[in-house]
Amino acid sequence: MADFGGTDVEAFRKEVREWVAANFPADLKGKPNPMAREERGSTPTPDQEAWRKAVGAKGWGTPTWPKEYGGGGLSPAEARVVQGEFARAGAYNPIGGMGVMMFGPTLLEYGTDAQKQEHIPPICRGEIAWCQGFSEPGAGSDLAALQTKCEDKGDHYEINGSKIWTSGAQWADWCFCLVRTDTKKKHEGISFVLFTMHQPGVEVRPIPLIAGSSPFCETFFTNARAEKKDLVGPLNGGWTIGKRLLQHERSGLTGAGGGLGSGGKSLETLAKEYVGLDEEGRIADHDLRTRLVTNVMNMRAFQQTAVRAMVEAKGNASPSTATSIMKNAGTQLIQERHEMALEIMGHQGLGWEGDDFKKDELEAVRGWLFGKAFTIFGGSQEVQSNIVSKRILGLPDLTQAH
Amino acid sequence: MAVLTEEQSMLRDAAKSWVQEKSPVTAFRKMRDSGAELGYDVAAWNEMAEMGWAGVIIPEEFGGSNFGYLSLGLVLEELGRTLTASPLIASGLAGASALILGGSDAQKSEWLPKIADGSAVAALAVDEGPHHRPEKVEATVSGGKLTGKKSFVIEGMAANVFVVSAKEGGKVELYLVKADDAGVKRTKLSLADSRGAANVEFNGAAAEKLNGGAELLDKVLDRARAGLAAEMLGAATQAFEITLDYLKTRVQFGQVIGSFQALQHRAAKMFTELELARSAVEAALTAIDNDAPDVAELVSLSKAKMGDTFHLVSNEMVQMHGGIGMTDAHDAGFYLKRARAAEAAFGNQAFHRDRYAKIQGY
Repeated sequence: MADFGGTDVEAFRKEVREWVAANFPADLKGKPNPMAREERGSTPTPDQEAWRKAVGAKGWGTPTWPKEYGGGGLSPAEARVVQGEFARAGAYNPIGGMGVMMFGPTLLEYGTDAQKQEHIPPICRGEIAWCQGFSEPGAGSDLAALQTKCEDKGDHYEINGSKIWTSGAQWADWCFCLVRTDTKKKHEGISFVLFTMHQPGVEVRPIPLIAGSSPFCETFFTNARAEKKDLVGPLNGGWTIGKRLLQHERSGLTGAGGGLGSGGKSLETLAKEYVGLDEEGRIADHDLRTRLVTNVMNMRAFQQTAVRAMVEAKGNASPSTATSIMKNAGTQLIQERHEMALEIMGHQGLGWEGDDFKKDELEAVRGWLFGKAFTIFGGSQEVQSNIVSKRILGLPDLTQAH
Repeated sequence: MAVLTEEQSMLRDAAKSWVQEKSPVTAFRKMRDSGAELGYDVAAWNEMAEMGWAGVIIPEEFGGSNFGYLSLGLVLEELGRTLTASPLIASGLAGASALILGGSDAQKSEWLPKIADGSAVAALAVDEGPHHRPEKVEATVSGGKLTGKKSFVIEGMAANVFVVSAKEGGKVELYLVKADDAGVKRTKLSLADSRGAANVEFNGAAAEKLNGGAELLDKVLDRARAGLAAEMLGAATQAFEITLDYLKTRVQFGQVIGSFQALQHRAAKMFTELELARSAVEAALTAIDNDAPDVAELVSLSKAKMGDTFHLVSNEMVQMHGGIGMTDAHDAGFYLKRARAAEAAFGNQAFHRDRYAKIQGY
């Protein structure tokens, strides 16, 4: 492999394989990460804790992050070896969440050395859960209209206001937050601060959603406190950092994995089971078959585009324009799949709860409803189209928001 | 755009500058207005052949450069941008592929050097009705003589040799038939896209079998489809860019129409589809070069995706240009017409979606 830097890949693979064999608790094999949505909030088992600590100590949960901050310090090729060996052993990566996906990469880029020393290692060890204080009731797609006030109180900042759609706020230890530090300017009056959620001035209320779960919260700040050292970037310079963070968020939200909450069964398999095949071996509902194969083919083109964007970024030394289309293209395809899963299951795809329905069927219903969030969060479909129009196609911007 | 080798970059750049200097859309318009008998400008085709484009996939020992299908796709993409008409797909791609994959040494020696230098044109004659149904073959061969009717043969009037599908003993095979054989009768078709096509009747024409049967036919068609998809990618990309320019310059209600969100989001949608289609086209051509096991499904993906995308973009091109887009003086109509003809050639979207599903087992 070209980017392996001369290290012997097979020797490293052997090292990882032996380490996984020695450290991965056998009873966790094939189990999901307890940080994944459904399991969150429950107390981890001793084995789960042991696995998290072992991977955290190696830094292999964040394999390409710098070693000096607790990351693995590995090359992309070595990181793929670690990923491959984990998958081979049926082991999940116990290090995850918003700290890994969004905040960590952003702080590595914009934070001071002291900020990185303080906040990155606990992320690498999976000790601290982060939440994102961005959206407000009056600032959704127009995020820069945010009003949560942050005042300089001499030795600290004081924060008043409220955030909404704060994913996982009920389990979070820390918050990375966009706040208003200048009311006279819009974009240039926003700062990026960090503070602990474990303080009297922070109140969290989970919001029940149509899918029946409450992954998002309302979060209220009443004279909440942030330390001066936890301002990231310059005062009133938070918008640039927030936008960068959103890029990390969006790149993680394309649904490229194709997860459907249908017990891992493909739509084709479901269609064969629920709808059946005709005498020529085609899905018996020909209208469904056409739409199904169209989605499958578009999904493949989407995956080909993800690969192309990666290769181009590496080979052509500038970001591929293909990246800009990924969120809209991916989320739309996933939503189509959710709809089709229910259509395939027919009345069995309407169950809310109870023993009359299989686990796959109940999950498909919840997945369909939760999936409606995909084209809203992390920059709605419409905002993404605005971004493509302005940044990539060079059309005039009438919103001035991005 | 894929990451290219140095040779590929040079080839693409050469094609790009030749197309822009020598073959803008005005050249296509001139060809159409002149009622060119063959549906392309022979002098321009000779220039292309001199630059080696007809021999891109042909082995060096037979006068080509053996650069592969992705390389040929790069040339076709550039030609597609300005709708440059030529027998490159019929001859330098489909005909050459049939000979490379199924020809004997003698057949290759007879035809490939001439195809590579442009002195002979080959054409694929497989369809027998209004739709691409390569498995439905009624033409037959007996005692080395081919009889049957083939329709919508691309570059059928220009061809010196036909690659014809026919059945012998109930089995589908491909045959070479010389166009000057007394048993060949061709009728020029005048199509909306002004490109060369003919219906061809074979009445006991002398036929030489190629080696490979129905599998060879499939492989040749897949190569033609992937190359055509590359041409369509170039045309659709150009149609989009022309439209985008118009959105930035046309003023109504005191502002450029590109400032209207209704049009911006449709432009973003077109861009998205073009990016996805580009990935599919490049992946199909690369798979052919690598002789990958999933060539058939990747090619069907590319042709279907490109068919939908070119259709979308060419229709939006007319709509977004408004009245001017309806005039013959504007180029939008050329792209709209070409999109339709290219969709129908070698299988439309419905054909390739059905094929993809069958390959996947449903």
